[in-house]
Amino acid sequence: MRIKIHVWRQKSADDKGHMESHQLDGLTPDMSFLEMLDTLNEKLTAEGTEPVAFDHDCREGVCGSCSMVVNGEAHGPRSETTTCQLYMRSFDDGAEVFVEPFRAAAFPVVRDLVVDRSAFDRIIQAGGFISNHSGPKPEPNSIPIEPMVQEAALDAASCIGCGACVAACPNGSAMLFTSAKVSHLGMLPQGQTERFERVESMVNQMEAEGFGSCRNYAECEAQCPKGISIAFIGRMNADYLKSQLVKPDDTRGKMHAQ
Amino acid sequence: MNRFSKFYASSIGKKFIAAVTGLILFGFLAGHVAGNLKVYTGADQVEIEGTEAAVNVPHIDQYGHFLREVGEPLVPKMFVLWGARAVLLASVILHVMVVIQLSLKSAEARPVNYVKSKKAAASWAARYMMVSGSVVLAFIIFHLLHFTAGAIVIGEFEHGKVYKNLQSSFANPLVSLGYVVVMAMLAFHMYHGVWSLFQTLGLDNPDRNKILRGFAIVASIGIAVGFASVPLAFLVGALPELGEYPSYLLEK
Repeated sequence: MRIKIHVWRQKSADDKGHMESHQLDGLTPDMSFLEMLDTLNEKLTAEGTEPVAFDHDCREGVCGSCSMVVNGEAHGPRSETTTCQLYMRSFDDGAEVFVEPFRAAAFPVVRDLVVDRSAFDRIIQAGGFISNHSGPKPEPNSIPIEPMVQEAALDAASCIGCGACVAACPNGSAMLFTSAKVSHLGMLPQGQTERFERVESMVNQMEAEGFGSCRNYAECEAQCPKGISIAFIGRMNADYLKSQLVKPDDTRGKMHAQ
Repeated sequence: MNRFSKFYASSIGKKFIAAVTGLILFGFLAGHVAGNLKVYTGADQVEIEGTEAAVNVPHIDQYGHFLREVGEPLVPKMFVLWGARAVLLASVILHVMVVIQLSLKSAEARPVNYVKSKKAAASWAARYMMVSGSVVLAFIIFHLLHFTAGAIVIGEFEHGKVYKNLQSSFANPLVSLGYVVVMAMLAFHMYHGVWSLFQTLGLDNPDRNKILRGFAIVASIGIAVGFASVPLAFLVGALPELGEYPSYLLEK
């Protein structure tokens, strides 16, 4: 099969960047999208030009590296599928395919399709941990957890931190990512110690990184390769509001009667 | 104070304010439309003392009078009305202010658009909240000058004579159809807003999602249809002329 690919080229963070078009022949429908890009790069290398830089790692849909927007959708047209798991059979023969980097001020383009997503790492560092003893391994199942809570926490934990939610959001908001990380720890008994501190620190870090605000479009949920639900955003809102409006600052002070 | 400014600085804090003020304004609209529907219940026939002649005192005029007097004698006349107006004005100002601040921040967060963009989920109503909201805001200013202050007179205007004022303004097709168009924008704004506020307040979850969205649909369409029906009914002449009456009859 053949396609016409329009791909974003940008030499460095300071470069203005532009779209570049190539006709690509000899593809097969069973090629993954990244293999198609490999084919393009082989062609570019053979022609003596610079290949297209893109992030990839596991190529089995779990690492969250392959960040690109394909035909206007993060990770392309198939729902709950990462770019590496997207196959060329999802495109018509002769199709025009647009490939662009994730767009957000907090995700600056490093080169071509590669963006710097270290803002996510800093959000995790702000509160994506629990306090635990480091002694001998506890008895399995020694902490009872409601099965549905466990399942929901696992749903949140299936976030691979790829940044598609930010790329999909017209506001460049990181609420889906942050809420998934806040929820997966905050719902489990092991995460209760820092539950409210966590939501506050992670939200503060998210704001400091320059992500936009959530307007409840649900684009993030629709384009998330793991199908993370915006229910977690609602849950995070509730926890954040509780931490700011309900929880007292002083929990130990003396009180007086009158 | 530090606690409040910290909360306000966060986008979730600002959204909380937008949601709460939105809920207040939504509650006001529900009350407003219920009051408006009194144009359909007609009038009471009241005899003028010392004469045999009877005049019509429209129910909606009586309702308007009630709004000016409600709370009396516990509080002075107009106290409850001005209290409500103060809350509503504060709500509108806060709602608009936080939304503008959030939009500016969001525009900064997404400085470059995609060459090829596609929306996978966002509804038209959600994407054009700023447009529908701006139309509604401009309308609120016009509407207050029109029917509350009487500064913009279309047809006739007399303070307290609600039915007559409506009838004479809405006889003008430009005015009545203008009101209908704005009500469509209002429905559009509420379609997203009424659901969105529950999500922002952290009150939506998969159990309630259908009910809350259904509520937003029914409320937005119901309220807008209720509002829009009044100018249309006057325009097509479906509502009767009720004639003049002396204002002191409202006191009874």
